[in-house]
Amino acid sequence: MDLNELRVLVTMASFVCFAGIAVWACWPGHRADFDAAAQLPFSDEEPVRE
Amino acid sequence: MAALKSAVVSYDDWPVRQFALAAVLWGVVGMTVGVLIAAQLAWPDLTANIPWLSYGRLRPLHTNAVIFAFGGCALFATSYHVAQRTGQTRLFAPALAKFTFWGWQAVIVAAAITLPMGYTQGKEYAELEWPIDLLITVVWVSYAIVFFGTIAKRQVRHIYVANWFFGSFILAVALLHVVNSAVMPVSLWKSYSAYAGVQDAMVQWWYGHNAVGFFLTAGFLGMMYYYIPKQAERPVYSYRLSIVHFWALIFTYMWAGPHHLHYTALPDWAQSVGMVFSLVLLAPSWGGMINGVMTLSGAWYKLRDDAILKFLIVALSFYGMATFEGPMMSIKTVNALSHYTDWTVGHVHAGALGWVGFITMGSLYYLIPRMFGRTTMFSVRAIEIHFWIATLGVVLYIAAMWIAGVMQGLMWRAVNPDGTLVYSFIEGVKATFPFYVVRLAGGLLYLSGMLLMAWNVVMTVRAGKVAVAQVPAVKHEAHVNPARGHEKIETNNGLMIVLILLVVAVGGLVEIVPLFFQRSTTEAVAGVKPYTALQLAGRDVYVREGCYNCHSQMIRALQSETLRYGHYSLAGEFVYDRPFQWGSKRTGPDLARVGGKYSDEWHRIHLTSPRDLVPESNMAAYPWLATNPVDPAGMPPRLTAMKRLGVPYTQAEVDGSSEAVQGKTELDALIAYLQVLGTQLK
Repeated sequence: MDLNELRVLVTMASFVCFAGIAVWACWPGHRADFDAAAQLPFSDEEPVRE
Repeated sequence: MAALKSAVVSYDDWPVRQFALAAVLWGVVGMTVGVLIAAQLAWPDLTANIPWLSYGRLRPLHTNAVIFAFGGCALFATSYHVAQRTGQTRLFAPALAKFTFWGWQAVIVAAAITLPMGYTQGKEYAELEWPIDLLITVVWVSYAIVFFGTIAKRQVRHIYVANWFFGSFILAVALLHVVNSAVMPVSLWKSYSAYAGVQDAMVQWWYGHNAVGFFLTAGFLGMMYYYIPKQAERPVYSYRLSIVHFWALIFTYMWAGPHHLHYTALPDWAQSVGMVFSLVLLAPSWGGMINGVMTLSGAWYKLRDDAILKFLIVALSFYGMATFEGPMMSIKTVNALSHYTDWTVGHVHAGALGWVGFITMGSLYYLIPRMFGRTTMFSVRAIEIHFWIATLGVVLYIAAMWIAGVMQGLMWRAVNPDGTLVYSFIEGVKATFPFYVVRLAGGLLYLSGMLLMAWNVVMTVRAGKVAVAQVPAVKHEAHVNPARGHEKIETNNGLMIVLILLVVAVGGLVEIVPLFFQRSTTEAVAGVKPYTALQLAGRDVYVREGCYNCHSQMIRALQSETLRYGHYSLAGEFVYDRPFQWGSKRTGPDLARVGGKYSDEWHRIHLTSPRDLVPESNMAAYPWLATNPVDPAGMPPRLTAMKRLGVPYTQAEVDGSSEAVQGKTELDALIAYLQVLGTQLK
């Protein structure tokens, strides 16, 4: 395989991976989990309102 | 998830406390050295020609002290604090955590002794010699064990995002340090880089840029994601943005190093890749900044009377400025103007003083009173004063350096209609003098703020007493579904470690490995020969005195540079240079082709007393070189080490190296080295 083909493949794979993470992060069903995780700094205190 | 233990458990805050206090102490020390060297650039004879106070030796001490001692201690303190609090667990292996404290202090003290003595590997931010590098490695592995061990024994399911940033910082710095510090030891305090020329330059700036990207960014973003929500009493603005921003940032940073080497002998493809990724880097950087600033959304009024929040939020403003400026400066045409000038110094300090310094000060102002049984510092008013003094200091500093840098860049490239240069180099030095004085004033203000902080910390410690904080009883989590997708990473320590390592390895592999197989970078250009014993001895003096801090050895392929300095530098001219000495700043002129331009006698006077020949020069004087003899017994081991690294010395040359330097002074050796620079190209 030509070095440039390898470069194209790595770039494409990286981008697909990034898009996957972005889609996953924005998936509506995950909202509740994220809200819970964002409260972790306050878990040693009373819950904080958003 | 052992949650049913009824015994009261308290957090391990000893290392947190010690590191936090050490950070303040080293901040004062490192910034004091910074102010001293800033003054030396304006008044070069300030330190009365004492060798261990000369600029070239103190500048590495300043950078190492503020980055690794001040920044490093603050990162240890906050990462140990955040990992425990967000995991609701004690530290893993507390004895090892204590070792990391004493081990890191030993590294700092060793640096403070060896750098002024001139023991250096000659690569920026990686100057410490190999025995200290080994100690750093041991401490760092211990740090990783304590940190990831603590994450592993957390009592909550999710690994909070601040810990990912701390984790990536620990792993990436381990990788960078081990690869860039590879050397061939000559003796206990002397070694030669395992890489030569172009490869050494690429490895160094892959390291150097990511010392910024991971030590000075990812780690401090970890602070941001915990202490801004805590101080603002609001959760982070967007948790989903933090996920995207995290992976994009750590992936992209690793590619950006070559922008330090635009128009140099580094192959063009590597420069272009570095530039593109530097531009891309704007997106994740600003994603993080927006996420931090918007955490205050709906509560902006808190900024009005909370000085700690002011520190934290203004830190992000400087972060936003520096991460906009950085990609802009990495554009090749902009870089052609900005590189080697004081603009770079201004850019670095916008990040270092504005972002790293402020986020650290804000976080420590939150953390330190709580470590001593209080909720506020001894004097809240003093925090407010510190904030305003420091802000004024940063603004003076970076404005002076921006103006000076752009001015230098324009003067260096100005060409008359007849094709000759408008300005000699020294005219640029003269024009910069007032800006060096303004910069010094900015630095003094910033240091005064730090001294005020130190006083406030001492008073807080005296007024408080060591607090023992209890680990809260863990509430059972309602969420028991098996982890899916990215959630697997967020809840799995081991997987997170592996993926971070994979992601940060890509950039370096793609940019560095091909260089070892590209013949133009590995084969000597016709005529280039290894240094003679006397020249090598002189080169070692050049490295020891830190000449690379002010002089480059790299003529870029630009018209104004070739007019001023001669034929642009070729990759094949540097194959015997271990370490490479291309430099990153021209406080003085480039030296790549200085050989033969001046007589030996000129150099003799100039090195001993530069202002006798060039009255406006701000170069340090090196009178001790004329009286220090070169040690003949030290030469065969040096040539042998070079030979082991592949430099084609014959056994006769190695054996004759003692005799070749017999009766010579370090001044003779340094002049022999300077006189050969750039003359071998046919």
